[in-house]
Amino acid sequence: MNPLLETANVFRTFQIGTGFLKPKRPLHAVNGVSLRLTKGEVLGLVGESGCGKSTLARMLLGLLPPSSGDILIGGESITALDRRATARRVQPIFQDPYSSLNPRKSIGEIIQLPLKVHRVGDPSAWPGKVREMMDMVGLPSRYVGNFPSQLSGGQRQRVAIARALIMRPEVVICDEPTSALDVSVQSQILNLLLDLQRELGLTYLLISHNLAVVEHMAHRVAVMYLGRIVEEAETDQLFRDPQHPYTRALLASVLTPEPGLGVPDAHLGATFPNPIDPPPGCTFHPRCPQAMPACRTIAPKPLATATGHVECHLYDTELRRAS
Amino acid sequence: MSAILEVENLRVEIPVATGTLVPVRGISFSVQRGETLCIVGESGCGKSLTSLSIMNLLPKRAKRTADRLRLGGADLQTMDERTMSDIRGDRMAMIFQEPMTSLNPAYTVGNQLEEAFLRHRKASRREARERAVFLLEKVGISAAASRLGQYPHQLSGGLRQRVMIAMALMCEPELIIADEPTTALDVTIQAQILHLLASLQRELQMGVMLITHDLGIVARVADRVAVMYAGEIVETGTVHEVFSRPLHPYTQGLLRCIPVPGKTRRGAHLGSIPGVVPALFGDPTQCNFANRCEHAVPACTAGPVPLTGLGEGRGYRCVLPVETCIANQARPVAA
Repeated sequence: MNPLLETANVFRTFQIGTGFLKPKRPLHAVNGVSLRLTKGEVLGLVGESGCGKSTLARMLLGLLPPSSGDILIGGESITALDRRATARRVQPIFQDPYSSLNPRKSIGEIIQLPLKVHRVGDPSAWPGKVREMMDMVGLPSRYVGNFPSQLSGGQRQRVAIARALIMRPEVVICDEPTSALDVSVQSQILNLLLDLQRELGLTYLLISHNLAVVEHMAHRVAVMYLGRIVEEAETDQLFRDPQHPYTRALLASVLTPEPGLGVPDAHLGATFPNPIDPPPGCTFHPRCPQAMPACRTIAPKPLATATGHVECHLYDTELRRAS
Repeated sequence: MSAILEVENLRVEIPVATGTLVPVRGISFSVQRGETLCIVGESGCGKSLTSLSIMNLLPKRAKRTADRLRLGGADLQTMDERTMSDIRGDRMAMIFQEPMTSLNPAYTVGNQLEEAFLRHRKASRREARERAVFLLEKVGISAAASRLGQYPHQLSGGLRQRVMIAMALMCEPELIIADEPTTALDVTIQAQILHLLASLQRELQMGVMLITHDLGIVARVADRVAVMYAGEIVETGTVHEVFSRPLHPYTQGLLRCIPVPGKTRRGAHLGSIPGVVPALFGDPTQCNFANRCEHAVPACTAGPVPLTGLGEGRGYRCVLPVETCIANQARPVAA
């Protein structure tokens, strides 16, 4: 099947000032990422803060050009498309429904804005479309004249979802869509996202640090570490048989509501490395419980697994034979 | 076991233009030596105000009353501010949620660590410094001596939270109140911090009152649990009882809301609790949860619902008998 959204070896580098009068140094936020999203799929993207998840999301939304590599939507390069054409096809849902909605606009105006920007059809038809969209995300239409401050967190996130979907985009980038919400509201929003996905045939990239949420929603999961996808597999396989030591540590850190199991020790001694000064070889080696001498010098290549790939020397038979 | 913290009928009142808000409505609990009590609830249920009222750090407008509020036998209610500040940081200490905002950016880590020790103990600078280094090493910070000269902005989130924990431990408190100590951290760091807190607690036999909204954390670290809803404790018990046999419809609902890898079916609807928390004006006149409860009966709105004790710290606040509550839990979720 042809991918709907594809990144081909995408890099993004920022020049970071290190101090007054000191030269700027490059920070490789996204360091060669290749992802494919097929229509109707939910791809989960997990990783710690600072690993480049959000930079990748901004590039997929066309808000930030890649330093090198290409992003294709339906076979067309995102750099060739103009901002509006990209926005029609890819829409975001952000983490914080408190800061992602304009406090001075009414709910109706917020949801209607994309129609106005894209000058879709007759303006007199817009209120009808807004009401239809509000109905679809479970917002009572009496809220149309209210302001975001009068709504609860869950309702605001519904407004954000309505705004994202009113142009009927093909891909929705959900960047931590429920982390700012209470558990009882989180489940409502997750249910809504799943219903909409099935009803409208949407494709999601779900970025989250909550692995239980990703397991529940995603068909495939990509694990990101310091700007690279270190493992990608179908959800069942990734959770049943994680390959990369980092994936294993992440999964071991999930606290399921089962009393008596205690707090696991993920054995990730050192903290997240400084991305300006990444470790040589495999960037995970300072924290890896299974690091070998080769890990300190040679960067691992992607190796095919049953349903995806992994970047780890543990599975590199050639390297093992050589050493 | 002896109780370090005893709280009976704690109330917090905040006068506002339209009446009196009562965000904490007569709650009672105790924390034993070497025990972890988790207070779990959603935003606005009063769990943070509860912790602040124990530390006497409530906003000025808020008024605290209680039948009993004792720390290791000392009455916290009759204490003047000076005695209170002798206790704060010495016999009880607090770990806050946001290590970014609760450390002072203008002072070094060393300064902030030593401050409480110098305030409470007749100790020299050198002793305070040694204790700070000792504790930084204990909480797993490498090159501890060199960290003392660093400022909070030079540390990562996980390191800052470790500094917060070390700071709370400086005077070996009997009670630690941790308010969402890992909410701002990554899952891997969260596991490390909780692991650290649990092992330090065992070693020093402290009482820990941990406030969180995360049921996963509660299940893994708590000895006993108090579930709060709309300013009241709606269910208490040991962690095993509350998770394996939740009685209150709210606890049952919360547990159905969270996806559990390997247990919940992928893509299936999760349980949810429709409706919103009621406004917390005045005293409750009925069950606070009745408007969101799928098992509500007329008796729920007839008057305030007392906490029914079942012995040994187990209790629930519901008009339905225990057997009905257990049967409700087994009932399949209404879609």
